[in-house]
Amino acid sequence: MDVIQLLYFKKQCNLDKKQKINSYCHITKNTVFINGKIIVQENEELTFSEFSKKIYKDNNLSYSKFFKMDNISKLAFLGAELIFRHTNILKQDDAIAIVLSNRASSLDTDRKYQESISDESNYYPSPAVFVYTLPNIAIGEISIRHQLKSENAFFVFDKFNAEFLNKYATVLIKNKKATTVLCGWVDFDNNAYEAFLYLVSQNGDVILTTEEINRRYQNKN
Amino acid sequence: MKDVFVTYNNIISALGFNTTSNIEQISKGISGIKKQEDKKLMKNPFYASLIDTYELDKAFKKFGNGKIYTRLEKMMILSLHDVIQQSKITITKKTALIISTTKGNVDTLDSKSEFPKERAYLPELGKQIQHFFGFENEAIIVSNACVSGILSIAIAKRLIQSEVYEDVLIVSGDVVSEFILSGFNSFQAISEKPCKPFSKNRTGITIGEAAATVLVTANKKYKSDDAVKVVGDSSCNDANHISGPSRTGEGLYRSMLAAFSEAKIEPSSVDYISAHGTATQFNDEMEAIALNRMQLNNTPLNSLKGYYGHTLGASGLVETIVGMQSLYYNTLYASLGFDELGVTENINVIKKNESKELKTFLKTASGFGGCNTAVIFQKAM
Repeated sequence: MDVIQLLYFKKQCNLDKKQKINSYCHITKNTVFINGKIIVQENEELTFSEFSKKIYKDNNLSYSKFFKMDNISKLAFLGAELIFRHTNILKQDDAIAIVLSNRASSLDTDRKYQESISDESNYYPSPAVFVYTLPNIAIGEISIRHQLKSENAFFVFDKFNAEFLNKYATVLIKNKKATTVLCGWVDFDNNAYEAFLYLVSQNGDVILTTEEINRRYQNKN
Repeated sequence: MKDVFVTYNNIISALGFNTTSNIEQISKGISGIKKQEDKKLMKNPFYASLIDTYELDKAFKKFGNGKIYTRLEKMMILSLHDVIQQSKITITKKTALIISTTKGNVDTLDSKSEFPKERAYLPELGKQIQHFFGFENEAIIVSNACVSGILSIAIAKRLIQSEVYEDVLIVSGDVVSEFILSGFNSFQAISEKPCKPFSKNRTGITIGEAAATVLVTANKKYKSDDAVKVVGDSSCNDANHISGPSRTGEGLYRSMLAAFSEAKIEPSSVDYISAHGTATQFNDEMEAIALNRMQLNNTPLNSLKGYYGHTLGASGLVETIVGMQSLYYNTLYASLGFDELGVTENINVIKKNESKELKTFLKTASGFGGCNTAVIFQKAM
């Protein structure tokens, strides 16, 4: 049972140490903010498909699976990609948990799938669409891309709930389930979209509080 | 850290509207899976485990106007009500409501539905349940594919240990809809006959519907006779494929490893495994590989999908409750539908009911998105 001991040791945390906001990323209305600074601002006329493709190209991504993803997965994928490019946290660590949340679950894709089965004379259910009718698929896509074999959970709330996410991220670190938590909000609903992701760990300058997170979220930066 | 228990519980399914009636059917080897002919759900006849609509509406009558609640909401309200009544729990600011579901009221997206399409938003479902019972806190909705039910127990335990809440009521549920049936059918994952988990003759899943509720608490005054302690839990992603399980069972193996590491017990002290066992070729094979890597190949195991079908977001909770009854009655229940072993690595599938002193059981689940969860339970002293 050496592996068990090793696993346990790897995720030791300092229980007295407070959790910190390591870095954060906001993507909405064709604009990308990293740690409060605008890094991309595109014309609001661009569709999400055009916008996401541009981010993909500008960041020299080479990941063909991206084009098979549904909108919410693309949004979450890009958010994770950008936040990991702007942090000192080692990405290869298995102990980065992913905790995402939103309001619309996978409804953006559910509606497309429902359309494909609602007319008997035009019935075309597709497994490639059906598989995306679960919100946690976005977590799966991030896990595959960054090889994170770690804790996952997808929550649904009426609106962004920093208090709960912070508490749950802290619980994961204190209970040695993870050393870092990629958490936040990824919502895609009838062409309106928003991703607000942040990394919680014991390394960072700002102590994690509901106020600090809400301030960053509400400034939309 | 304080001990956390899973206590009072309820299952609403084709096998009955409380845990006792469900267990009576299981102990007799009776399945809820039947041949269905409902063209609104599927063009051709199909097998599924469905709750009788007449019985559901009849049971719901005393709770008010059945027309203003969806089928899923009625199932969840009935289930949660039973647990609140049994436990006599007082709902306070420190009581959380977790709702575990994969698709919620997705059937309201259908233009034939009598409900507005807004009802398909999961927070709308949350509000219906929250307000019916007067919970002070907004419902915490867990939608993490087929591990949702068992993951909710891990989440509840962690929140209680960290003193975010004192008690957590988890209600889980999913209904059989045209959406779900056509989707799994498009994957060619649905079995033409009732599912046969781990069997050589398995040909895919059978879908089912259920709602289930448990009370998770550290408070001794809410401890039921069949209570179990949550001793270890973990959830790890395969990081391999979004719709196919890892060939090596990596995520499930790691989940079990971390759960055992927290529980500080050896795999050999597990008396019974309540596996996921969906009866698809790849899932069952993956589980057998992961269990062998964990040296759990001789431990008695079943899949309860032969009784309930795959009840998606409810399955992990339904199967945990049945596992609790296994411990309480000291009985291993047969893995219904199993005949000849059909996975490449050896596992010990339970062929007939057996009385045996049981103290510890492991519940596992895996799902789309590469998610896996393992939780270890022990009989509460």
